[in-house]
Amino acid sequence: MAAALVERPARTVAPGGSARNRGKRRVSRWLVWNKWTPYLLILPAVLMELLIHVIPMLVGMWMSFIGLTQFFITNWATAPGVGFGNYRIALNFNNSLGEKLVQSFGATLGFTLLVVGISFIFGISASLMLQHNFRGRGLLRTVFLIPYALPAYAGIITWKFMFQRDNGLINEFLVNTLHITDDAPFWLIGGNAFVAVVIVAIWQQWPFAFLMTMAGMQGIPDDLHEAASIDGANIWQRIRYITLGMMRPINAVLLLLLFLWTFREFNTPFVLFGPVPPDSANLLTVNIYSSSFIQWNFGLGSAMSVLLMLFLVVIAGGWALWNRRVNRNA
Amino acid sequence: MKFRILTVGLAATAALTLILAGCSPATPAPTSSSNEGVTLKYWASNQGASLQDDANILRPELDKFKKRTGITVELDVVPWSDLTNNTLAAAVSGQGPDVLNIGNTNAVTFQSTGAFYPFDSAALDILGGKDRFIASSFATGGAKGQNPTSIPLYSQVYGLFYNIQMFKDAGLTPPTTWEELVQTAKAFTKPAENKYGIVIPGGTVNASMHFSYILGAQNDGSPFDANGKPTFTSDGMVAGVMRYVNLLSKDHVVNPSAVQYTDYTQPAGDFARGNVAMYMAQTTSRNVLTKNGMDASAYGVVPIPAPTGGKNISSFVGGTNISIFKNSKHISAALEFVKFMTSDEEQEILNRAYTALPVVNGVQATAFADQPAQLATWSQILTKQAIPMALVPGVQAFQANVGGAVVALIAKAATGAAISKDDVRSALQGAQDKMGATG
Repeated sequence: MAAALVERPARTVAPGGSARNRGKRRVSRWLVWNKWTPYLLILPAVLMELLIHVIPMLVGMWMSFIGLTQFFITNWATAPGVGFGNYRIALNFNNSLGEKLVQSFGATLGFTLLVVGISFIFGISASLMLQHNFRGRGLLRTVFLIPYALPAYAGIITWKFMFQRDNGLINEFLVNTLHITDDAPFWLIGGNAFVAVVIVAIWQQWPFAFLMTMAGMQGIPDDLHEAASIDGANIWQRIRYITLGMMRPINAVLLLLLFLWTFREFNTPFVLFGPVPPDSANLLTVNIYSSSFIQWNFGLGSAMSVLLMLFLVVIAGGWALWNRRVNRNA
Repeated sequence: MKFRILTVGLAATAALTLILAGCSPATPAPTSSSNEGVTLKYWASNQGASLQDDANILRPELDKFKKRTGITVELDVVPWSDLTNNTLAAAVSGQGPDVLNIGNTNAVTFQSTGAFYPFDSAALDILGGKDRFIASSFATGGAKGQNPTSIPLYSQVYGLFYNIQMFKDAGLTPPTTWEELVQTAKAFTKPAENKYGIVIPGGTVNASMHFSYILGAQNDGSPFDANGKPTFTSDGMVAGVMRYVNLLSKDHVVNPSAVQYTDYTQPAGDFARGNVAMYMAQTTSRNVLTKNGMDASAYGVVPIPAPTGGKNISSFVGGTNISIFKNSKHISAALEFVKFMTSDEEQEILNRAYTALPVVNGVQATAFADQPAQLATWSQILTKQAIPMALVPGVQAFQANVGGAVVALIAKAATGAAISKDDVRSALQGAQDKMGATG
């Protein structure tokens, strides 16, 4: 608004003036703030987005096409181009590296489905429970959110201590308190490691599901529930058809986010198991890290990461299509 | 308000751009003749029982250096678990310390990055010439036929520590062959009393590589052929790794909990508490054992025995080297610092504090003055029974892959799986495939 006022005097100075003045006027109109303010306001965000997301992503893709090994890390420009060589190595399923990748992909898929499914059920159950006002509701809500508020590393390291074989809390409880087994099991190696990593990941993820579903439920008008009660719907029918029905778009987004985040989870397995995870819990991101970056082969690591990204893009794209169809049918 | 936000945003963007532009590697300025007033950044490795222990040992020496030369040294002690990654990050970004310690097993890998200052003959002359150094230690500084990019600082080798009192009580003598070692270990193993024959750092990647290398060499195996190509699955390597894994899976002389030991202080604790009778570790472990309350008179040291008919090898030449970053703006000050650290005087002081072996000829290993028998054993291992670590660029990847594969085998053994020779071979094949992928 202020800009428009500033501009007015310029127009009065040259009423129907010369060609030069007309040109000037066009320039001054060109500079109308009203028109440019939105773009200028968004410019820092665009620059930051480029700087933080887009450029590193493009650099990562470029890295996947060069043989960036220890010999070239001080001067990337000298690294030889290898075309799709890195991708061929990553997708060669005939050697142990490829076998491991397939096995790791399977483990990651199982891990993701379990973590997302259970986190979602926990989250939505807790939200349903906290819909009604009762004493201690605020306290419970806070307690439920603690895992989400804790720094991830601190939480995972605490779990790591609890899962220790000889002096961990879990074994102390199972062996010495409950006497379920006499021989203390290992939790961080062997097959149990999968259970351990799933438990820790659920512990971290479910508060987010809780937060989202709780917010969603608060947006459902009470009238609907009242109307349904009058029509004779019981509590289960109201949950099924009103709560869950109204929350469908929120749940769809929530499940997608949880899936994407969980599938590319790195912190949890890495902090729990270090660079050599047991086969059962050899998740994709750690597998990529230990079969490329730890060998200082950044080209191969980038290629594997790009493949992981493509897979997640396909999932997200498939989700978008499915979602559009569902919305159209609704 | 609109405009102010905009200005702030633009200013922040501009500032960030400037900062990022400033991050590009600076060309080294020509070094001046006087280094007075220069500040060097130094990353020291964790040699002592704790990071603080290191700082306490090094601080007085760095102050002494400042008094003599006017050069300030900013000290950062970096744990081993981070040192390789931090060094790698410094090499990639060109932003690192001026001087840093490296594990000498990684020397050739670091050399191949080109991020480190090669010590040519002029630079070596400043340090007093390469003949000042013990030849086997000096050879760890880089690949053959190239100017080394690291200079030895502390030297150490592996030995077999044994608890004198426990051996006396059992009427046993320290083993001289691997078979005797296993027999002796069995005699000590009583799981019900939480007593075991020997302890291994089962979850530690680099130590697992060390034992694969030493035990493999005893079986006449080598991880690399003459051309530097990996040969992890050669019979010797498989046999060596098999013996190591068997300690847990077949001989059952190791506490299965040891598979979760991810650093070298945990096994030292078991040994110091008398829960195990034997302990394979490097010279500097004396420091950690002392900190754990075990006096040097309570244990003896013998070479890690080879199997009957095997090669008389019991260690590689281990140790810590010191390097200068090529990007340093203070190369001449850095050289002066390396000269100081490798001087006779500092070699004596530092190796005494760290209970390591000096790397220059003529300096006594005063740390072991009170234990002449141990000193004699260490000297014998270093001079007669130690081989160099593989001096190939892929040695860091060898450490990560073979060390990782052995850690995984040990973990499988601990969860009850029987480990066969084929399992060992296929694990090592997996490690070798990764090497192939990385060229």
